[in-house]
Amino acid sequence: MIEIKSLVKIYADGDNAGVKAVNDISFNVEEGRFYTLLGPSGCGKTTTLRCIAGLEKANGGEILVAGKKVFSALDGTFVPAFRRPIGMVFQSYAIWPHMTVFENVAFPLRVGKERISSGDVQKKVRAALAQVELGGYEDRMATQLSGGQQQRLALARALVREPQVLLLDEPLSNLDAKLRERMRFELRELQRRLRITTLYVTHDQIEALSMSNVIAVMNAGVIVQEGAPRDIYLQPKTKFVANFIGSTNQMTGEVAKLENNGTALVRTEDGEISCSILDGLTAGSKVVVVVRPESINLHQQQPTNGSNVIAGKIGAAMFLGEYVDCTIELGKNVLQTHQRYTLQVRRGDPVWVELPAGECMALPADR
Amino acid sequence: MATAAIPRTGKMTMSLEPALLIPVIGAGILVYLAVLPLLMLFVGSFQAEVAPREFVYTLKNYHAAYASEYTYSTFLNSLIFASGSAGLSFILGTMLAWLTERTNTPLRSIFVPLAVVPLILPGVLESIAWIFLLSPKFGYLNVWLMSLFGLQSPPFNVFSLPGMIWVHSVGQVPLAFLLMVAAFKSMDPSLEESAMMSGANTWQTFRRVTLRLLMPTAGSVLLILFVRTLESFETPALIGIPARIYVYTSEIYLAFNEYPPDYGRGGALAVGLLLLSAVGVWLYTRATKEGKKFQTVTGKAFRPRQFDLGGWRWAGFGFLSGYFLFVVLLPFLVLFWASFLPFFAAPSWDAVSKLSLDNYRYLSGFRPFWDAMQNSIILSTLTATVAMVLTSLVAWIVYKSRLPGSWILDFLAFVPITIPGIVMGMALILLYVAFPIPIYGTIWVLLIAYVTRFIPYGMRAASGSILQIHSELEEAAAASGASWWESFKRVTLPLLRPGLAAGWIYICIVSFREFSTSVLLATGESRVLSILLFTMFEQGQVTVVAAIGVLMIATLLSIVAVFYKLTGKIGIQT
Repeated sequence: MIEIKSLVKIYADGDNAGVKAVNDISFNVEEGRFYTLLGPSGCGKTTTLRCIAGLEKANGGEILVAGKKVFSALDGTFVPAFRRPIGMVFQSYAIWPHMTVFENVAFPLRVGKERISSGDVQKKVRAALAQVELGGYEDRMATQLSGGQQQRLALARALVREPQVLLLDEPLSNLDAKLRERMRFELRELQRRLRITTLYVTHDQIEALSMSNVIAVMNAGVIVQEGAPRDIYLQPKTKFVANFIGSTNQMTGEVAKLENNGTALVRTEDGEISCSILDGLTAGSKVVVVVRPESINLHQQQPTNGSNVIAGKIGAAMFLGEYVDCTIELGKNVLQTHQRYTLQVRRGDPVWVELPAGECMALPADR
Repeated sequence: MATAAIPRTGKMTMSLEPALLIPVIGAGILVYLAVLPLLMLFVGSFQAEVAPREFVYTLKNYHAAYASEYTYSTFLNSLIFASGSAGLSFILGTMLAWLTERTNTPLRSIFVPLAVVPLILPGVLESIAWIFLLSPKFGYLNVWLMSLFGLQSPPFNVFSLPGMIWVHSVGQVPLAFLLMVAAFKSMDPSLEESAMMSGANTWQTFRRVTLRLLMPTAGSVLLILFVRTLESFETPALIGIPARIYVYTSEIYLAFNEYPPDYGRGGALAVGLLLLSAVGVWLYTRATKEGKKFQTVTGKAFRPRQFDLGGWRWAGFGFLSGYFLFVVLLPFLVLFWASFLPFFAAPSWDAVSKLSLDNYRYLSGFRPFWDAMQNSIILSTLTATVAMVLTSLVAWIVYKSRLPGSWILDFLAFVPITIPGIVMGMALILLYVAFPIPIYGTIWVLLIAYVTRFIPYGMRAASGSILQIHSELEEAAAASGASWWESFKRVTLPLLRPGLAAGWIYICIVSFREFSTSVLLATGESRVLSILLFTMFEQGQVTVVAAIGVLMIATLLSIVAVFYKLTGKIGIQT
């Protein structure tokens, strides 16, 4: 539904050659999917979205929306934003303060190329408002709505034209935590029901993981990794992805020996660890071993069997209700782990950590 | 987001050539309005004669202007007048602002609108009213005080430097008041609260935190008051010239008014005044740049802490009421009273019997009055319209298109703020006396002068409203399928309208009361109300002048009424 081919966007930067905000990225969003661009601020995700919307003109590459070429650097095609079959929700919602709720939603129907009778406008606006549970608010001034309602109003306005593609630019970032959680759920439900192709931009990993069919993690203008949420979380391909999504322990080391079916033995300062390894790494490669805090098993007695067992002591233990957050001091490294709330430990207690080989990943140290 | 302030190149590249043409035309107009007259002034000040066949370079004008026997006294008078007025209006304005904004003085809220009422009293009328009150020969206050205390000589003489300072200051208090109110309002109360929590009492907090925080603002406010006084001509004309106390603006006027007019010396004096004013404005913008940025970006309004004055709050109340009775109300009353008198007389039972509508009857058949009224109304509405159309265009280019070099437009639109009114008049004389278009002596040259002078005010209003419109509001229109024109018509324009209307009315008011530029440019048929007042007052028709003043105030009041209706508040730009 959306095809991006080698998109490049350069911003003029004084006398310099310019900043490549988006540096040769390509991806496809299939029909009906929920696709998320995830990355830290300044990574180029919003710029990419704005290029697709037509609010920015890219410098290179090609953009196809619903099979139609809307931008191409090669032949100079540029369809202006208002001719593209899109609906968009902005970070600030961009609710027009001089219009009522009804007028805000009716706007896209009234300015479009085709004439729509006022009866149809009425019907469509009501339907759109009902969809986001804002029925009955038609005559309010838009500014009288609460934050969450304004957000839903922006959504109704984006959907009322029945666009082929829905673009969402950090739509939840202005809401408070509780509301954000609920809207996350509602937004995903609505998208499923309408089966509308959605491109979502966020810097929030929870939003990305919980809502998306596919996530593309972006950094410094390029896509670092693309995949299903589970793959992105469990099999990060670079240190950046491992760090950016969820919290991660890292231990630097060197590959001692490659073993069968993608596993290896890595020599670290706290002993050898057997773990899965990314393709292309060989014995002697500098690597970091990453392991999630919740993957680590903690023993208060030395376990008799099991691999990757390292002795250490408790550095700090914080009771957080759902779990206990412990830091464990090994010889050189300090690991963070989440343990069941029943765990009773004190600072300085001797412990043994067990790192399940299947949940440790050796990644190249230089990327 | 990192991408918030991104150039919207997409829109611009759609139609490259017309988009580039508009800024070029805008720059052309601004250069013509703001830069060309200054250039002519500069060249003229080095010329041997006005509009010569060939240019003869000479320093004789500067010699005449700055090395005469009067140079020192003019300099000293200007300095005392400007610093005295700046100081006095600052003290009064700060007192009013502090009492109304930050204390628990009784009834303080009704004094806030009252404090800005003098804004509608044109400077010429302010001077005339105070002459009525403080003239050593017939001033009401002098006469009363003499009979009350059996004094031999009048206690006040308005025709003196202190008199000039007083009259100009009270006219300038509203400006100082509004600037200081803004300063008090933008102050974060938690800074004072944390001083309290550290154990400081009210007085210590005020002295060690509040006052210290105000220091930078106070400096820049004093500076702008100083510059505005230096540029003013109302009081120097009506009080200074009869009293033979000359300042820079009156020297320029006299150089122009002697026979034959000495344009060269006037030009040389004007260049000096322009430089002084430019330096002042430059310092001011430098000092306030950071603060302004902060204000426009967040626009955060704090709820300020109120100081408990205890029993002193009644002293504060006394000060406020005294100020409003004697300084704000009395000038209006005296003008009103005098407008019904056949000749000037103190209020008494004897005088009451002489009250009549004769002055108004006389005015109804007095052609010069109606001509001037017509000129003033045409000029003020036209000025406001032209200035707002021009500045909203320029502001849009500067803040929305972000075309390369658009800062030049911003700068050009700011230049006129440094041009004192009388310097503008001088420059336009030098320009249009020799100019092929015969507009000298018509109201069109006044229109050009007014538009140029008030462009910065228009820019303030227009850029303020344009900046308030988050660019996503317009982008959302594009993403909803609206073309550029639909988006402009249905989103941008409705959102701009209140701000532009406020700017329009403000420019309308300041044009209507304009004096210091008009005094050199308005002659014969192009005479405006403020100039008619001035000449008739000089001729001694003081009670008719009072009647004209009352009608002028009534007209201004109706403009202000519209202003209130549209915006619900009074604002001022410096």
